[in-house]
Amino acid sequence: MNKFINNRHIRWITLLVLLLLFVIASFLSIFLGKTSIPLSTVWDAFFHYDPSDTNQVIIRTSRLTRTLIAITIGASLSIAGALMQALTRNPLAAPDIFGVNAGALFFIVASATFFSVESLSGYMWIGFIGAGLAGAIVYLLGSMGEDGLSPVRIVLAGAAISALFISFTQGMLVLDEQRIQSVLFWLAGSVAGRELSLLLPVLPFILGAIIISLLVGKPLNILMSGDDVAKNLGLNTSLVKLVIGIIIVFLAGGSVAIAGSMGFIGLVVPHIVKGITGPNYQWILPISGIFGATLLLCADIAARLVIAPQEMPIGVMTALFGTPFFIYIARKGVKKSG
Amino acid sequence: MGDFYTIRSENDKISMQFHKKSLFILICLLLLTVVVFIISLSAGSSYIPVGAVFQELFSESDYPFILHELRMPRVIMGFLVGAGLGVSGLILQGMIRNPLGSPDIVGVTGGASVGAVLFIVFLLGEMSVNWLPLASIIGAAVTSAIIYLLSWSNGVTPMRLILIGIGISALTNAIVTMFMVSSESAIASKVYLWLTGSLYGANWQEVIILLPIILTLIFLSLFFTGIVNVKQLGDDIAIGMGVRVQFFRFLLLALSVALAGAAVSFAGGIAFVGLIAPHIARIILHKSFANLVVGSALIGSLIVMGADIIARTVFLPSDIPAGVFTAGIGAPFFIYLLYRNRKGFR
Repeated sequence: MNKFINNRHIRWITLLVLLLLFVIASFLSIFLGKTSIPLSTVWDAFFHYDPSDTNQVIIRTSRLTRTLIAITIGASLSIAGALMQALTRNPLAAPDIFGVNAGALFFIVASATFFSVESLSGYMWIGFIGAGLAGAIVYLLGSMGEDGLSPVRIVLAGAAISALFISFTQGMLVLDEQRIQSVLFWLAGSVAGRELSLLLPVLPFILGAIIISLLVGKPLNILMSGDDVAKNLGLNTSLVKLVIGIIIVFLAGGSVAIAGSMGFIGLVVPHIVKGITGPNYQWILPISGIFGATLLLCADIAARLVIAPQEMPIGVMTALFGTPFFIYIARKGVKKSG
Repeated sequence: MGDFYTIRSENDKISMQFHKKSLFILICLLLLTVVVFIISLSAGSSYIPVGAVFQELFSESDYPFILHELRMPRVIMGFLVGAGLGVSGLILQGMIRNPLGSPDIVGVTGGASVGAVLFIVFLLGEMSVNWLPLASIIGAAVTSAIIYLLSWSNGVTPMRLILIGIGISALTNAIVTMFMVSSESAIASKVYLWLTGSLYGANWQEVIILLPIILTLIFLSLFFTGIVNVKQLGDDIAIGMGVRVQFFRFLLLALSVALAGAAVSFAGGIAFVGLIAPHIARIILHKSFANLVVGSALIGSLIVMGADIIARTVFLPSDIPAGVFTAGIGAPFFIYLLYRNRKGFR
């Protein structure tokens, strides 16, 4: 390898390229959609806003909101996935595989059906609780064996817990037939038709969690060298793990509360990023965030255009692209452990 | 072999053994099934006295419409679906020699859903509903073939099969959602009800299509008793005893897929029945295959009929899909299995 293009350069170049792609994707996400809006109107919407122009209103309300939401969700799910893969040392760990999405979903739908919770902040907190609970159950089940956490067992436990929560959720939805169509779209994961007011109460928590996650990169690197080594180096391992656990709950639970369940982003992104940056979490976490946001923006643009004028739930798009990747990792990862 | 009753054809080609003690248990199960069957007929949004149910069974009663047109087909459908899923799970668990194998976890149910949803969305207007089972069997077959191929690398290990199955399930879910969202809302809610696994609205026409399919397939699987018993000993021994292992593995997997596909075709994804029923059968019965086939079929149908009784009585006036309750029992059971096998696999 040429000494000028060492790891450090690759990381910076990756970061810059990704930032560029991210800006382009954000722009396209605002620009493209089922109503075609000329560039000049997009410009005016931001700098000479005229509320009587429908197109400008579309840009400002619908497009801008969904772009912001896609960025937030993409970044948080990817960072949550990277943290989970690190914490469990499991290449298949991701929020959706851990049943975190299903748990949050179940609790939110249950609270809406049985306790008529309707406030958004209510949903948010309930989503956090559900996410935490489901994640904790799967983590415990996965670490029961003698050899500690085993990838396969976690995936199986996650699948069972998800199946349980999802079928209960479906049962509640059948009770409440009018809501099926709207909740169904939400179940599948979508960033469309959501108002900015939905994002705002959750945003401080997610942003806080993202910022803290950027700070845990260094301790996480130490933790990755093994619990004993980390302890000897003076790291409070249980504290670090606890903080990471809480971050994961906020990121994953918050995402579900905003956009419903969205698979595979949290699984795929950290893997690709790790391939580029190497195993340094100070780099993996931020780059995963940007990459995840960019990827979800692209998925959302595709979801809008594939069957225009109708829309595909973005969760469907991520699943279509993510499954082959999951299978690839499953084939590769399980071969090692038999 | 004093503990067994043996049924043998004249040329010794086909034989099956029933363990005597198990035969007693099987008869108890059968009686229990009859009891649950009658309870299912009498329970519901309007209660019908058991006496009237008996009257209807043997002649005419005061409730011909409710019993004959609404409940009877529904209960028989529950019985068939449960039996099909139970036997399908039993064969699958035997073939991949893994206690966690079940049609829904390995993605067969997902594939059947895709087949059925495609049929409902695109073909239902032009073709009769009689073809729905075929569509979901094809869906199940294609999906399981894909899963099997993808898990292949120098042979198929059970764990890889299950992992890939879970991945493919996510994909099939996505495809189903895709078609549901892009179709009209009337079709979407129809598909949705179907997906959750409901016996609601079962009618005689469907029962008449499903009945011969399920019974024939279960009967066929009984013919493989001897081979499966030998195969339990391991592939090498089976080969040594002259069994064409690969051929029969394929044949049995095909049976299992067809059973699950047919069962799912009308009732939707009634989850976890294929997982639990064979396990319970193995706990209470002697482990010879003929016992287990009959046992799994009966236990599977008990679970589905029981879940359906709960589903349509507890939350009156709503009629909840039975699949919700089978998952409610099945998922904790699955977790228990994971816990019990915690040393077993990685």
